[in-house]
Amino acid sequence: MSTNQDRSSQQNPPWGRRPGPMGFGRGGPGFAMPVEKAKNPRSTAVRLLQQFRPYRARITVVFFAAILSTIFTIWSPKILGDATTVLFEGFIAKLRHMPGAHIDFTAILRDLAFLAFLYLISSGFSYLQQYVMAGVAQRMVFHLREQLMEKLNRLPMRFFDNHPHGEVLSRFVNDFDNISSTLQQSLTQLITAIVTFVGVTVMMLTISPLMTLAVAITLPLSFILTTVIARRSQRYFLTRQRQLGEINGHVEEMYTGHPIIKAYGHEERAIEHFEAINERLYVSSWKAQFVTGIIFPLMNVIGNFGYVLVSVLGGVLVTRRAIQIGDIQAFIQYARQFSQPITQLASISNTIQSALASSERIFEILDEPEEPADLAETVPASPTLGHVRFDRVSFRYTPDKPLIEDFSIDVKPGSTIAIVGPTGAGKTTLVNLLMRFYDVDRGAITIDGQDIREMPRDTLRQKFGMVLQDTWLFHGTIRDNIAYGRPNATEADIVRAAQSAHADHFIRTLPDGYHTVLNEEASNISQGQRQLITIARAFLADPPILILDEATSNVDTRTEIAIQAAMRSLMQGRTSFVIAHRLSTIREADWILVMNQGRIVEQGTHPDLLAAHGFYYDLYQSQFQKAVV
Amino acid sequence: MLRLLKYLRPYRGYVVLVLALTFLQALSTLYLPELMAHIVDTGIVEGRVHYIIRVGLIMLAVTILGGVAAVGAALFASQSAAGFGKILRSLIFRHVESFGLREFDLLGTSSLIVRTTNDVMQVQQLVNMMLRMMILAPLTSIGGIIMAIHTNGRLALSMVVVIPLLGVTVWGVLSRGIPLFRVVQTKVDRLNRIVRENLAGVRVVRAFHQEDYERQRFYEANLDLTDTSVRVFQMMALMMPLVMLIMNWASVAIFWWGSLRLSHGALEVGALMAFIQYFMQIMFAVMMVSMMAFMLPRGQASALRILEVLDTEVDIREDQKASVLLTPPVTELTFDHVTFYYPGAEEPALADITFKARAGETVAIIGGTGAGKSTLLNLIPRFYDVKSGSIRLNNIDIRDLPLSALRAEIGLVPQRPVLFSGSILDNVRYGNLTASEAEAMHALDVAQAWPFVSQMPGGLHQEINQGGANLSGGQRQRLAIARALVRQPSVYLFDDSFSALDYKTDAALRQALRRETGSAIVLLVAQRVATIMDADRILVLEDGRLVGQGTHAELMETSAVYREIVASQLSPEEIA
Repeated sequence: MSTNQDRSSQQNPPWGRRPGPMGFGRGGPGFAMPVEKAKNPRSTAVRLLQQFRPYRARITVVFFAAILSTIFTIWSPKILGDATTVLFEGFIAKLRHMPGAHIDFTAILRDLAFLAFLYLISSGFSYLQQYVMAGVAQRMVFHLREQLMEKLNRLPMRFFDNHPHGEVLSRFVNDFDNISSTLQQSLTQLITAIVTFVGVTVMMLTISPLMTLAVAITLPLSFILTTVIARRSQRYFLTRQRQLGEINGHVEEMYTGHPIIKAYGHEERAIEHFEAINERLYVSSWKAQFVTGIIFPLMNVIGNFGYVLVSVLGGVLVTRRAIQIGDIQAFIQYARQFSQPITQLASISNTIQSALASSERIFEILDEPEEPADLAETVPASPTLGHVRFDRVSFRYTPDKPLIEDFSIDVKPGSTIAIVGPTGAGKTTLVNLLMRFYDVDRGAITIDGQDIREMPRDTLRQKFGMVLQDTWLFHGTIRDNIAYGRPNATEADIVRAAQSAHADHFIRTLPDGYHTVLNEEASNISQGQRQLITIARAFLADPPILILDEATSNVDTRTEIAIQAAMRSLMQGRTSFVIAHRLSTIREADWILVMNQGRIVEQGTHPDLLAAHGFYYDLYQSQFQKAVV
Repeated sequence: MLRLLKYLRPYRGYVVLVLALTFLQALSTLYLPELMAHIVDTGIVEGRVHYIIRVGLIMLAVTILGGVAAVGAALFASQSAAGFGKILRSLIFRHVESFGLREFDLLGTSSLIVRTTNDVMQVQQLVNMMLRMMILAPLTSIGGIIMAIHTNGRLALSMVVVIPLLGVTVWGVLSRGIPLFRVVQTKVDRLNRIVRENLAGVRVVRAFHQEDYERQRFYEANLDLTDTSVRVFQMMALMMPLVMLIMNWASVAIFWWGSLRLSHGALEVGALMAFIQYFMQIMFAVMMVSMMAFMLPRGQASALRILEVLDTEVDIREDQKASVLLTPPVTELTFDHVTFYYPGAEEPALADITFKARAGETVAIIGGTGAGKSTLLNLIPRFYDVKSGSIRLNNIDIRDLPLSALRAEIGLVPQRPVLFSGSILDNVRYGNLTASEAEAMHALDVAQAWPFVSQMPGGLHQEINQGGANLSGGQRQRLAIARALVRQPSVYLFDDSFSALDYKTDAALRQALRRETGSAIVLLVAQRVATIMDADRILVLEDGRLVGQGTHAELMETSAVYREIVASQLSPEEIA
């Protein structure tokens, strides 16, 4: 949140920024802000360039168009200068009443006509170049995005568990944004800047080496200025960024804790703290703004310095007949264009570096190891009974932390396995293994006698229905959410599933019934109702094996009753693995797995485990016995 | 936006300085071509080298003067803009701090955060830009026009054609492009939503084997976004070439007309060269003004959102007239036919609630989600005011009490245990700034928090991340309870504050609390029957109405709603 406005000002405006013949030099403050740099810029650049391969032809067009457009732009002041010379000489001749003196309007008209033509061509090429580049840049990013999405589909669950979602998401958002705008702008800017610099130097040298030298003196000046200011401003921007973060954090904390602040009467303290940060933010804020604000005027002073030099030196040279009057005119324009590439290069290189850093982050994901592919020869799918066996299974998330060692269990079709343990006991590990989100290290899991690693993943997963605690619903209608597991389901099927899940009633009370669109935070239905929808989804998919998570926090009593009943009927006749929180479920389970700190510490039936007076006994005492006061 | 500008008032002097300095800066840029014309028309034509050098020195002086003026203008502009931002930010924050919960509900917490931070920054940047560019550009163009007319009036007429043409072109491209950028943004949002859903639901997607479906969904959104982006950028590609073409052709035309006039002796060569330079400066100024015209709406949107905050009237405020004194301790809390509506709601959130709680009593409140339990508690510290009826402490209407005095008597433990960044001790002391370490430790002990606090590496001084992210839900709840305890209030409000605790801790905590709260009034909201079974009185709420009141045993006899709640949670043998 805090970096938003800086990002937008850091990016170039969507329209190109090209030097005008005589106008303000627009170096822009792009280089003034600190950017992140790639760890391995060279290989990343090579790889990014490889992405251009399908667009080779178009890129070539862009390059030539950029070069031609720039060359014509550079050529034009010289023509205008020539016309000025013709005009001036005729004028002087007339002034001095020389015989036959006249202004050669045919020559001027010829020059001007050619000039108008040059301008047209230059603009034409410039348009062509930007137009083609728009297509190339966006399409390339399109393909990169597709590649990344494809890749995500092939990554093992381990990746998602180890990388915060926000971090992956930010690659889709910020990094691609960064890359596309850089491709759009900076690459052609780079070409233009280089061609301009070389071209202008050549043109100036042909007019007058002495004046070129004079103008060149201003070059180190602007170079030093740029680097000094850039260094300073980066520091100020970092400070400002930090303080913005601080004040945003404080505001967020105070606003979310508002009732507490009110209740405990600490408004004044909150304001005091706020004002302290605000004051510091003010200082760094104006400094950062000031430093970026003076870049343009200072560059202008240096530019004008060159302008004065050219005028004076040129004037003297003209009186000595060393150069023509039109040359001064042309030179003034060249001098303006001369320093711009330097300033631009600094900013372009910054943009490109940050784009490389972005590309590197994307390539990092593309290089992640993938899930092993399904075995080619697959056994024909037969109707599943739901006989699940763990055969001496060992598994660890990290090699040095033993988790499940040599674990065996034989689950008969239709029976219920309760998994119990305190919060954070790693109860989802079994789910991960059953669904092959992770593969076992040793041993095997079989369903109806077949090793699950020999089944295609989708065949395996079709056998399972999942109702987890973090109910996942997507932005779409309730109907579509229920039909998620069976897109070809009929309306009647969907309603029946909802009825079985005790969800039909509440869905019908919603304004749009089954066509109610769930918003992203799903704030339009309650947590419990969300869970009912996922249960309906499982009913519709009708899997032989179930994985359920009973946890129901923040659910009101009535919905809780509905959920309980729905789960119970869902479990009828299916092999069920239940992450259990309810005493009744645990008591009725055929087998109980007790987990603690990721490991299975005990297993057995309820009476057995109670009699053992072990971990389960303690857990039972503390969680399920009626609280005594 | 204009209404906000009044907060620039403390920087009036600076703004005037910026204006003056910018004017100087514009003048200096405009004066240079004039001087150059002298070099050409006098110096070169007459071959006077000394004259050329003298004018050159003047040009140098003008340049430096212009530079100094520009730096000065930048200095005062950035200070005014940052100062403006500071004032605005502080004004908003102070105003929001005076808000009750009604105002928070109205505007939304996250929206308020964005308004205080991002929107202010937007407006601040707009002000800075206004002070710099929006003053410079018009000044330059006006000055340029004056100079151009001064150089040659007839030639200056050409601008009547070119300036509107340029303005219309820039505006034409931008007015098509900018709305498309907004469309692009919504498409980016859609793509991001799909990615976010896929990341959050990766297990479900794979469990249902819907990877292909998701890929298709992503592909469509991606393609859609790309197509629109390509269109936007292709349209924007027109902008600069077109602008350059207009300006360049115009300068060619001016040159032609100029040379014709020159042959009549109405113009000199240097003046013509100067004229073309003026012309270009004016054009760039016009272009910048047209571009900036599109930045304004963005700032305008932020300004409106800020004004909305500042214009929000605070409902419940510290009333100077309220001078009735409350002599602690509070011995009686009365709800007398209390009815309450949330703003804009048709149905009351609480209707005709009447009950009394006396010192030393524990009154529990139970009911389904949305029954009005939390609302009832929130009325006591006057987060909201009742619509009719009254709430009284020691028979004084709470609306007659100074807010601070009222709230000083209350120890609230909210549903979401909000903690602040700082140490554990800081957080406990939040309830009572004067509490000693020993008192804080005692409070933590009662709240059953001491066992885990003492095990932390920093103990009492362990730092807590923002929002208590490094603690579990149960730990946060216990710290929030300790914070209330250390205050030693006469009224405790526990809003479902034990939900994240296991039964064992819950029981131990309530036992300890009972000793500690002694003669205080305790109001306790809970979902779990086991938590409230032993309260002196239980209030059963349904849809904002009080449908049962009594002890557990009494309610089991009289209240069907209560029986239903109990049946859903306890096994038969536990109910008995």
